[in-house]
Amino acid sequence: MSTNMAVKTEARTENFRSWFMNKLLMGMTWPDYFRSLLTPFNIVAAMILSVGLPLIAMRFLFGLYTVTHASNEYPWGLYLGWGLFGGVPLSATGFVMATAYYIFGYKRYHPILRLGVLTGFMGYLFAVIYLLIDLGRPWRIYYPMIIGFGTQSVLFLVAWHVATYLSVQFVEFSPAILEWLKSQRVRRWAVMLTIGMTIAGIILSTLHQSALGAMYLLVPGKLHPLWYSSYIWVFFLSSSIYAALAMVIVVSTLSIRFLKNRTDQTFRESLPKLTLGLGQGAAVGMFVYLVFKIIGIAHDNNWHLLNTGYGYWFLLELLGFVLVPAMLFTYGVKKQNVSVVRFAAFYAVVGIILNRLNVSIIALNWNLPHHLLHIVPPWTEATVVLTIATIHILIFRWILNRMPVLHADPEYESH
Amino acid sequence: MTKESKQPADGPLAEDKNEEKGESGLHMNRRVFLGTVGAIGGTLLLGRPVKSHAAEDFEGYPNSFGLLTDLTACVGCRSCEKACNEENKLPAPDKPFDDSSVFEEKRMPTQKAYTVVNRYENPKDKSKPIYRKIQCNHCKEPACLTSCPIHAYSKTPEGAVKYNPDLCFGCRYCMTACPFYIPAYDYWSAFEPRIMKCTMCLPRIKAGKMTACAEACPVGAITFGKREELIKIARERIDKNPGKYVNHIYGEYEVGGTNWLYISGVPFEQLDFPTNLPKKPLIEETKGFLSAVPIVLTAWPALFGTIYAALRHREEIYEEEKGEGKKEEVKK
Repeated sequence: MSTNMAVKTEARTENFRSWFMNKLLMGMTWPDYFRSLLTPFNIVAAMILSVGLPLIAMRFLFGLYTVTHASNEYPWGLYLGWGLFGGVPLSATGFVMATAYYIFGYKRYHPILRLGVLTGFMGYLFAVIYLLIDLGRPWRIYYPMIIGFGTQSVLFLVAWHVATYLSVQFVEFSPAILEWLKSQRVRRWAVMLTIGMTIAGIILSTLHQSALGAMYLLVPGKLHPLWYSSYIWVFFLSSSIYAALAMVIVVSTLSIRFLKNRTDQTFRESLPKLTLGLGQGAAVGMFVYLVFKIIGIAHDNNWHLLNTGYGYWFLLELLGFVLVPAMLFTYGVKKQNVSVVRFAAFYAVVGIILNRLNVSIIALNWNLPHHLLHIVPPWTEATVVLTIATIHILIFRWILNRMPVLHADPEYESH
Repeated sequence: MTKESKQPADGPLAEDKNEEKGESGLHMNRRVFLGTVGAIGGTLLLGRPVKSHAAEDFEGYPNSFGLLTDLTACVGCRSCEKACNEENKLPAPDKPFDDSSVFEEKRMPTQKAYTVVNRYENPKDKSKPIYRKIQCNHCKEPACLTSCPIHAYSKTPEGAVKYNPDLCFGCRYCMTACPFYIPAYDYWSAFEPRIMKCTMCLPRIKAGKMTACAEACPVGAITFGKREELIKIARERIDKNPGKYVNHIYGEYEVGGTNWLYISGVPFEQLDFPTNLPKKPLIEETKGFLSAVPIVLTAWPALFGTIYAALRHREEIYEEEKGEGKKEEVKK
């Protein structure tokens, strides 16, 4: 009897070992797996983490002052400026791709649908991680859900929407996880929820992408009038849509460049055409956004401010980082040149981050003395941001290497 | 209609009118932190006498207290700073309160000092510098309260803007939202960081006393009293001493009015008072956006559900036509 048990346990152990090696080590043995990890990228990543992780530990042991120069006049720095305000529009990929595919019926985009959803989910997850670093008492993060309802606060809206949308995106991506785990029954349930989840995603995304902009409606005295506008929530929402399209191009370009062996033929063959299609969408989105911004200047009659220092910076953002990439998109699509469209996508993504940093850091408190000196982050803050960004990439790569995202799982019919 | 609606609604029609003017119920709730539909319903059911003319703007609590700082009277002795420090049991300052070298830089309230006094050159008389006391202005409709997602702030009927550290998770949106850069954060505490700011000595006011700073001021530069009275006093001083004061009570209208008021001999912008603020409370800026939220929540599922259904419908027609086409081919 006991030998029988032993045999069973051994078989189970053996099962687990093969499962483990298949699923987690990508079919390699431990030594092989470790050897495969010794790449220049991973070594640089390890170096960043070896500095950054202790810094993050210090933040939680000794307080915020160890990793930020945030002050009473400047309560928010890079953690929110980059991680939340910059990260969330680039994570609109999930809602934009799911809406295009499931609701509007852009069925050809199927090969990059999951990549879009994963980019969105990971983006939100990490926006929350940046927030957890920055919150004074992160262990109270659930307070707006249970303890106190600040219904008059735009941030209350953002908190609820980010939390629910993170869950929605997890359900949206879960078929990929369940296929990886070969769980047929649960996957069927998850797939059935898709349309409902997609519509929930549209509601939550339109509301909180715009709400992030609406948060700044409260600071007419602090935000430079060229960026402050009663339309700011329209700017945030409309720019997040082209940001999403550009970001899908960026992530798919990086995937085919660095993880080609994880892509299938369908992905590789369809990507150039899909990239052009996304580029076309992005161009339209950028021109719409550009017109909105011009309406914003006209509405407040701020033309005279364009001929000032901040005005030149505003024009650089608007012409250099919106109009120029929009024209590049247009040119690339017209000439069917995928490389130009890809370049425009990287360019547009930089432009979005610049805009969000302008609103949250550079043009905020512009009238305080020595403002520009105050906003240069200390090396600790920059390193923590770099560390979290590195972890973001590592986990993203870990998932792409294992789950059916860039390729379809042959055992499952198309989702 | 307009005439009628100006009457207080406590007749038999009161309930209907209350329902019609649910918005004023909302106004109340925003202030008293119920903020839920259930509470509004409860308020209506109880038939609380709500004025039937919906006041677009919250007029502030009647009879709330306030303070009036007369910047022409302040001599920069920092007695108020010292009294505040003792009253709130704050840590000892880096430099003693009689050290005038602190005036060499412009200071702001911090987690160790709820109020500070800054010195400015007097353009009228260089031998008589101007001193400006800074602390929380206790707005009638505070932006910190509006911004807080957990309701850690409240506006008390006494006039104070009160902060509750037990509810705060440290997002610091209140600091971003405050037009006066007042809330200070304790970045040095790992486990119990909190906002620190002037409390308007609420326990003292409740005990029938004036604030510690007002009591300590040896020259009467800080007057404590009912806000409405203070505005009258300020107006009177300005009217009786033309030339001595600029014709402006700072805080009477700024961001909807503050319970702390100032009168000055030089324009306020020369003393670093923010002068680019709207007259209406900052919550007005976000109202339009927030009121669109329930519309989106309701309309989007129907709108996008319809788009989805329309496309499926077209697909079906297409497939049917394709099927019919095949049948015809077969017939041939």
